[in-house]
Amino acid sequence: MSENLVEIHNLQVRRNGRVALEIENLHLRRGETLGVVGPNGAGKSTLLLTLANLLEPARGEIRFDGRSLHQWNKLDYRRRISVVFQSPLLLDLTVEQNIALGLKFRGVPRDEIRTRVERWMKYLGVESLSKRRADRLSGGEAQRVSLARAFVLDPDLLLLDEPFAALDPPTRAKLLDDLSGILKADHKTAVFVTHNLNEAAKLSHRIAVIVDGTLRQEGTMEQIRAQPADEIVRAFLSELSQ
Amino acid sequence: MFFNPEIFQITALSLQVSTLATGISLLIGLPLGTWLALGNFRGRSFLLSIVNTGMALPPVVVGLVVAMMLWRSGPLGDLRLIYTPMAIVIAQTIIAAPVVTGLTAAALEALDPRLSQQLLGLGASRLQMVWYLWREARLPLLAALMAGFGSVISEVGASMMVGGNIKGQTRVLTTAIVLETSKGEFETALALSALLLVLTYLINLALTRIQQRGQKR
Repeated sequence: MSENLVEIHNLQVRRNGRVALEIENLHLRRGETLGVVGPNGAGKSTLLLTLANLLEPARGEIRFDGRSLHQWNKLDYRRRISVVFQSPLLLDLTVEQNIALGLKFRGVPRDEIRTRVERWMKYLGVESLSKRRADRLSGGEAQRVSLARAFVLDPDLLLLDEPFAALDPPTRAKLLDDLSGILKADHKTAVFVTHNLNEAAKLSHRIAVIVDGTLRQEGTMEQIRAQPADEIVRAFLSELSQ
Repeated sequence: MFFNPEIFQITALSLQVSTLATGISLLIGLPLGTWLALGNFRGRSFLLSIVNTGMALPPVVVGLVVAMMLWRSGPLGDLRLIYTPMAIVIAQTIIAAPVVTGLTAAALEALDPRLSQQLLGLGASRLQMVWYLWREARLPLLAALMAGFGSVISEVGASMMVGGNIKGQTRVLTTAIVLETSKGEFETALALSALLLVLTYLINLALTRIQQRGQKR
């Protein structure tokens, strides 16, 4: 089994007729959280959507668990991953039903669904809200439910697209702590997209900096801060620290 | 007057043809509207504009075209459907289908566009995704159904053209109202109008109750 769960080679993704993302080489090791940072419109979400197989690359290859995405059945692949977007996007169901959704899609037996849902409601502190309907939740509660919905699937790859962006600072800080604990305890492989360097530093083993649709640098936060690859990365880092 | 067997027969036929036409329109309009809403293909906007134009088709024009098709001398004359209840069903389906299709597309387009991505990202198959999107849009979809039914239960032009308003066979409430008015029987026409209004109200009341029960609390 390869050390890398995901490998990206010569990737180009086009959106609305223009090149939105170009990555020559990028890999993600098993059990690692890769933080993807960059300014708004840099191509971070494009990378995430492409990894989720929701966008087709114009060129290049993504390999997952040793096989090219072209060789994977789309549905089989999507059932090995899970995605959390910036907005919780919960359905008009109870908290419990929302969390169980992905398991229902996979045809998991009812008893197992109940056990797994209860466990993740407890881990993310929403068990007292199990019967509450989604439109009655606060922003923080809804995002916890969205995270529980993703984690309950025990995905091989977790894709997080700015999951804390819409939250107030105290809620954000608490959720960040909880998520950090869960990712480390479960040795989850994850891609975490954010424009907040501190969040990226807290959650990620490595960082990839994307600016203007191009991967500029990857490495640990310390490496990137100590030696920015070019002026663009330096300018981006200094902008964020203001 | 309302307990007259002829009135029962006219009322029952009105409900039968309009319900059947609405049902067929739903079978056509729900998948077609879904495809138009969620699809990403060339000509999508053009097709949507055709559907939206179809929502305003004059019933009498639909009736005329269908009648010309079904006349003995027409291309489908051999089916011998002209001046039968089935001819009214065909015409009413053509009227209701664009309404159901257009409003279904609008209902799904009004959902958060990222919802379909989220469902796919959780491992939903395309069918599962569509089912849950329909579920999320169930209130406006029910409204589409009500609008489709409303567009046909109240139309007279198409029913007259293809049905011929034949007593005991193709006379429905709307064509009966026109006939009584033309005979100067205004009291009868008004009574039939009241019956049609009450019927339409009761059906929509039932559908509205279902809609409100499903409303987000």
